[in-house]
Amino acid sequence: MNLPAQFLRFVTGSVRIVLRGNALYWTWIAALLVTIAGGVFAYVHQMQTGLISTSMRDQVSWAFYIGNFTFLVGVAAAAVLLVIPAYVYNWKPIKEVVILGELLAIAAITMCALFVLVDVGHPDRLQHLMPGIGKLNLPSSLLAWDVVVLNGYLLLNFTIVTYLLFMLVRGKHPNYAIFTPLVLLSIPWAIGIHTVTAFLYNGLAARPFWNSAILAPRFIASALCSGPAVLLVLMQLLRRFTRFEIQDAAIWKIAELMAYAMAVNLFLLGAEVFKEFYSGTEHVIHMQYMFTGVNGHNAIVPFMWIAVACSIIAFLLFLVPKTRKNPITLNTGCLLIYSGVYIEKGMGLVIPGMTPDTLGEIYEYQPSSTELMVAAGVFAVGFLLFTLMVKVATPIMLGEFRVVDEEPGRAKPAAA
Amino acid sequence: MNAPETTRRDMLCTLAGCAAAALAGGCSDFTHTEFFRGHFKELSEDELTAIREKIEAECKTKYDKDVTVSNTPAREGVQFAYALDISRCVGCRRCVYACVAENNQSRDPVVQWIRVLEMDKEKGIDFEHANPYYDAETVPRPGHFYLPVACQHCADPACVKSCPVGATWKEPDGIVVIDYDWCIGCRCCMSACPYGARRFNWKEPSLPADQVNANMHILGNRPRPKGVVEKCTWCVQRVRDGRYPACVEVCPVGARKFGNLLDPSSEIRYVLDKKRVFVLKNELATHPRFYYFYGL
Repeated sequence: MNLPAQFLRFVTGSVRIVLRGNALYWTWIAALLVTIAGGVFAYVHQMQTGLISTSMRDQVSWAFYIGNFTFLVGVAAAAVLLVIPAYVYNWKPIKEVVILGELLAIAAITMCALFVLVDVGHPDRLQHLMPGIGKLNLPSSLLAWDVVVLNGYLLLNFTIVTYLLFMLVRGKHPNYAIFTPLVLLSIPWAIGIHTVTAFLYNGLAARPFWNSAILAPRFIASALCSGPAVLLVLMQLLRRFTRFEIQDAAIWKIAELMAYAMAVNLFLLGAEVFKEFYSGTEHVIHMQYMFTGVNGHNAIVPFMWIAVACSIIAFLLFLVPKTRKNPITLNTGCLLIYSGVYIEKGMGLVIPGMTPDTLGEIYEYQPSSTELMVAAGVFAVGFLLFTLMVKVATPIMLGEFRVVDEEPGRAKPAAA
Repeated sequence: MNAPETTRRDMLCTLAGCAAAALAGGCSDFTHTEFFRGHFKELSEDELTAIREKIEAECKTKYDKDVTVSNTPAREGVQFAYALDISRCVGCRRCVYACVAENNQSRDPVVQWIRVLEMDKEKGIDFEHANPYYDAETVPRPGHFYLPVACQHCADPACVKSCPVGATWKEPDGIVVIDYDWCIGCRCCMSACPYGARRFNWKEPSLPADQVNANMHILGNRPRPKGVVEKCTWCVQRVRDGRYPACVEVCPVGARKFGNLLDPSSEIRYVLDKKRVFVLKNELATHPRFYYFYGL
């Protein structure tokens, strides 16, 4: 069978797998589709009335959408960075870890792109970012750099994962002369996307809260907590519901590494807090707005303390060997880490950076229902994409889906 | 206007247009839509004229008014700068309202390019304790002074640096402008601006037909769509014709000075020579062309 025919079978077989599932699967898909529909509805409303339907205003001109974007860049970066320990500790399912990590990265980057799309005032002009038709303001604009590195990262991961799955589905080994360099390239690129995203904030001298040299390191440290948290839960689910094998040792090792990452993250946060509060310049006001409130404006204060508590508890749970080996405390830790970093990198980064604004005015931002619905819709798109990709990738990794010998779901071997 | 653009447009015609030509029966219709419009600085004279006439026609339809959209370029040997005498300003906000009227700003939602901050005399220039919403029967209020802030037209503008598509730039005469037809509304420039000078059109701007200022500039006070950023242009539609910005003209106490830095006899040169001036947030090195001074 020639290559295009095999690829066609790969595609049709994938579609067939996606369309097959139990009640739980279809309930999950239906819930996601309903959430997406809600998001589309809210977005159409936003397009008609303008961004006034969000709670953003001139004083706080980036908020929930861009916060989510930032968090998800971290998830995308960290998912791929898991390749490093997989190689260093020589875990048995290296290929599988790579595949799952890159699938998560693809889903996360897709969500990032959607969050930028819903945030801009003129999505119909995004072709101005395209070389040739538009005018990408390189090298000076950090958002222009971000567009380049994020799209490159998406392309890179998409290529690696498609190639790998297409080889596996034909029962072949990947050509390591192609595959290994691409995976190795994806590692520094993962660091790159989160660094450039940090620089997007970091480079703005007008915003002292972001204009700190340890912002990029903080981004990387917190991403190394949240990305693996998703994968840890996923690996356990796959282990339970499929024949997917993954050693306990690998899971515990990831949890241990997350504890170290969280230690670094908390240390860097502490360094920022010390610098701001001890020196006590006028710039401390952003940190005060975050942790104590300013003149009775304290809408985000409870969230920030919850985030700190989540991060510290999760750190302890993952540091103590006994609790990171217990499935209940392990998964609680994952949830806490995810929540902690989500608040810290989402709302906790963007809102205090903009409050008070550059002329000292405090506008207290809280996301509108439109923003919440649109954001839920974007997350649902990401989850749907990830679910479908994992649904296809799992039987391929397990050797249950092959296009050469037999088609899935058919006992009779197909003509080759 | 210049060769590379023509080539690029021709290439687009070849690549995209002719594919559509088979369907639509005409190449130029498709490739000369707004979607394929080039960057402002690369537009030919013909394209610019077409865009200006289109805006004029739209204004005629929308406001039933004959407006002129000019494209007066920067003049040679002109470097504009502005100076504001803090000791004279009484905080009456006449500059704010004159600016709104001159520059066709949205009345609902209220968009104002100038923000006048009321400050405590005892605290000096302290943004943290500034009040932009003071509402007084009479100004100046005892114990307070006033600091109007708008675009500072920096020599090294952080906003221009941050724009991902080059929709905002510094003109040769020092005015920082925005192409409202090119801006994607990402608001990077608003995050980057240290002076809170940029405004976003969070919804469709509303402008009563009888209050439209018909003297428009393509990079200045022409009506803006929703979803783009706007800001002070030092009244580009006036100053390039040798007039003062509206705020300078209206100020009842003569606190506002404007002129050409390269003209030795200009008011701005006089202020820089005779007074001691300062700029806001000097430490950020954006080098504003907007100077403040204490004239009394």
